[in-house]
Amino acid sequence: MNEQTPAQPMALLNEPATNYLDASYSVVSWLFTTDHKRIAILYLIPVTLMFFIGGLAISLDRLNLMTPDGMLVDADTYNKLFTIHGVIMVFFFLVPVIPTVLGNFFLPLMIGAKDLAFPRINLLSWYLYMIGAAWTSAAVLAGGVDTGWTFYTPYSSMSSHYNVVLTMMGVVIAGFSSLLTGLNFIVTVHWLRAPGMNWFRLPIFVWTMYATSFIFLLAVPVLAMSLILVILERILQIGIFDPALGGDPLLFQHLFWFYSHPAVYIMILPGMGVVSEVIPCFARKQLYGYKFVAFSSFGIACLGFFVWAHHMFVAGISLYAALIFSSLSFMVAVPSAIKVFNWTATLYKSSITFEAPMLFALGFVALFTFGGMAGLFLATLGVDMHVHDTYFVIAHFHFIMVGGMVLGYMAGLHYWWPKMTGRLYSDWWSRITAMVIFIGFFLTFLPQFVLGYNGMPRRYHMYAPEFQVWNVMSTAGASILGVGYVLPLVYLLGSLRYGKPAGRNPWHATGLEWQTPSPPPTENFEESPVVVRAPYQYHLEKAQNEP
Amino acid sequence: MTIADIALFPPRASTTASQVDMLFLFLLTVCGAVTLLVAVLLVYFAIRYRRRSGEVGNPPKTDASDALEWFWTLTPLLFFAGMFIWGAKVYFGAYRPPDDAATIYVVGKQWMWKFQHPEGQREIDSLHVPLGRPIRLLMTSEDVIHSLFIPDFRIHMDLLPGRYTSVWFKPTRVGMYRLFCSQYCGTNHAGMTGVVVVMEPADYQKWLHESAEGSMALQGRKVFLKYRCISCHSGDAGGRAPTLGGLFGNIVVLNDGRTVKADEYYIRESIVYPSAKIVAGYENIMPTYQGQVSEEEIFQLIAYLQSLKPGETPSRVESFPPPTTTPPINTKDR
Ligand SMILES: [Cu+2]
Ligand SMILES: [Cu+2]
Repeated sequence: MNEQTPAQPMALLNEPATNYLDASYSVVSWLFTTDHKRIAILYLIPVTLMFFIGGLAISLDRLNLMTPDGMLVDADTYNKLFTIHGVIMVFFFLVPVIPTVLGNFFLPLMIGAKDLAFPRINLLSWYLYMIGAAWTSAAVLAGGVDTGWTFYTPYSSMSSHYNVVLTMMGVVIAGFSSLLTGLNFIVTVHWLRAPGMNWFRLPIFVWTMYATSFIFLLAVPVLAMSLILVILERILQIGIFDPALGGDPLLFQHLFWFYSHPAVYIMILPGMGVVSEVIPCFARKQLYGYKFVAFSSFGIACLGFFVWAHHMFVAGISLYAALIFSSLSFMVAVPSAIKVFNWTATLYKSSITFEAPMLFALGFVALFTFGGMAGLFLATLGVDMHVHDTYFVIAHFHFIMVGGMVLGYMAGLHYWWPKMTGRLYSDWWSRITAMVIFIGFFLTFLPQFVLGYNGMPRRYHMYAPEFQVWNVMSTAGASILGVGYVLPLVYLLGSLRYGKPAGRNPWHATGLEWQTPSPPPTENFEESPVVVRAPYQYHLEKAQNEP
Repeated sequence: MTIADIALFPPRASTTASQVDMLFLFLLTVCGAVTLLVAVLLVYFAIRYRRRSGEVGNPPKTDASDALEWFWTLTPLLFFAGMFIWGAKVYFGAYRPPDDAATIYVVGKQWMWKFQHPEGQREIDSLHVPLGRPIRLLMTSEDVIHSLFIPDFRIHMDLLPGRYTSVWFKPTRVGMYRLFCSQYCGTNHAGMTGVVVVMEPADYQKWLHESAEGSMALQGRKVFLKYRCISCHSGDAGGRAPTLGGLFGNIVVLNDGRTVKADEYYIRESIVYPSAKIVAGYENIMPTYQGQVSEEEIFQLIAYLQSLKPGETPSRVESFPPPTTTPPINTKDR
């Protein structure tokens, strides 16, 4: 570890004149940058925009569900809105957000590298993402698409009248963007670790990025292939999925979930990585069971490839296949449980402060645990055959994807924002926001478990009157959640102008990324760091209130 | 059962429903306890180990215990094994009908449910069944994938185009229960709903006899004649195609030496993809009826074949009504 002492306020005056933000102000310098930190910022903007578009779409649907016959939009519009929500949130927000924003920015910094292994490929990834996003947005503007983000055939290949092909092409392009990012990360971790940074000194965040990258490499081609097959069937009427043309109606589901189940772990692993950084820092305590946490990421990444058909227990697969996929789905829950227990144990005999990153991280642990438990219900064949395709499933995966992943991302964004921008944001507002999001989240999705068990199917623009009370509760919760999402826009952007300078290490954290000025210089470190110890050794560090 | 009744549970109206609820309560207890444990620990640690003003320095490190790690890695597996086995039992129970189950035939299409009872009653978006009798639903779709979901029975099964799937239930309470399509199937997916009417057996018998159309087997016989199946599958000796009397449920020997049971799946396949399995001793000469004969007609043909005892196949010379329309009407309206 670089033996520099944490920054003192006065040290600000000695910061190098050019950090990565000040290096040049021209638009060209941004659009053709190969600096991983600038590319991270380039991602941050569209990814945030996508999040709000996806959120707006579902807000309209959620509002529509206030009354049993749908008070706002007609059936087609409703279907298009939830499709936009799903496609955008999954493929253009949840999958890329942590790898491309936080991973891009911090993976090199955390291993003491100057940049990613292939800076130009990194830029190419961004362009692919932008083209994919533009492509899919064009499909939305051109009349939308109504297949749901799962694109099930033969509905998507033969029946839907909307822009299926256009949407899918955007998704495929964005997929290749992720694939290249994954490749870049893997090579970077292998080649560019600083002297002394051996594998067991890697921060858990790097481990999870590394595991995620493997999933990208193995799964994205399958997604691309299956979507291209749908496109071929749609355009050329080749019988692949539609039995009327001699195809197999279940084949698509196998292919799609072969990508999309591992994609769940693409979405959650990075969040787990963030939380493994944040909790030790604000508990002033070494992460409990480092090796178990590190290896469980790989356990998840590997097992995650063998559980896809748990989405198909009532789809007409053989009963014996269902047995195998059910048992494997239970297995994949084990590494997640290991992580939860280790995070909790980290808090034992610690010294906790509750800044916004920590609040988000604790929220992550709570909601992820809750959502993971709901996952066990779905892995249980006898329960899934009742709650399959109901709001129970919706609630489960939103606990994981929103309660887990979005809170993980918020934790990371709040943790590293001072490093990225050099500014501190409002402590009070950020803590309030963490609480608002947590409460709003619970109110939105808890009622949906009840709705699901009582039998309300998903993707219904109108419903039986007995479901109304739970729907109204859910919509009310969603409005609180919405406020919670808008608040960070205000105080984070405000901090750019009014925020106090952050200094090198406002949280007194141990990672290498905190040893360099905030914002970091273009080449990341003033002198190449040398690592001498494992991560999270907070017992050897000074605390915040020490002189 | 009473604990569940006051909770936030839907009514239980089938034998499966109570099984699913018991299993659900077991999971709720185990998972609830663990979640509570984690939550209590989180809150307790957060309060107990909050950083107090005046506290200086960082706490000393706690060495991780490998024994503890293995404990919480392996203990969940025990519980998981219990959930898995119990879950599998309930699941197998719901998809393997008892031998005395009566079959009702279901066709889903955008956006309606069509049911046919063997006795001949046909209904749309409503399904009448007798109390206490196991009912097996044999299902297929005319267009995209749908899913039959009856929450109060706790059963669920997708309907696939070009394939048969099935699920069964035994109603335990008289009443009306909602029926949903739960697999997204396009614009009016939310409108693809119906109602299951569970009746006293006597009422059900009465209801069945309101039908004037004749049994499904009788309708199947009409279909058999309409498509001129009889010109090859006749009762005459030495015909070009196998005789069908007494076929259903028996083992058929194929020309490649394999054997296959003549069940619903086999019959459907033989009508739609005749060349997939050729009966030993016959030529591959049957044309496909895919796209001509509707799914409902195939069901009727199946019912007809089920009713045919050995030697009951009509002979070719039996007169049948001349065609009223040529070519045969394609009832698929895709
Ligand atoms: Cu999955
Ligand atoms: Cu449907």
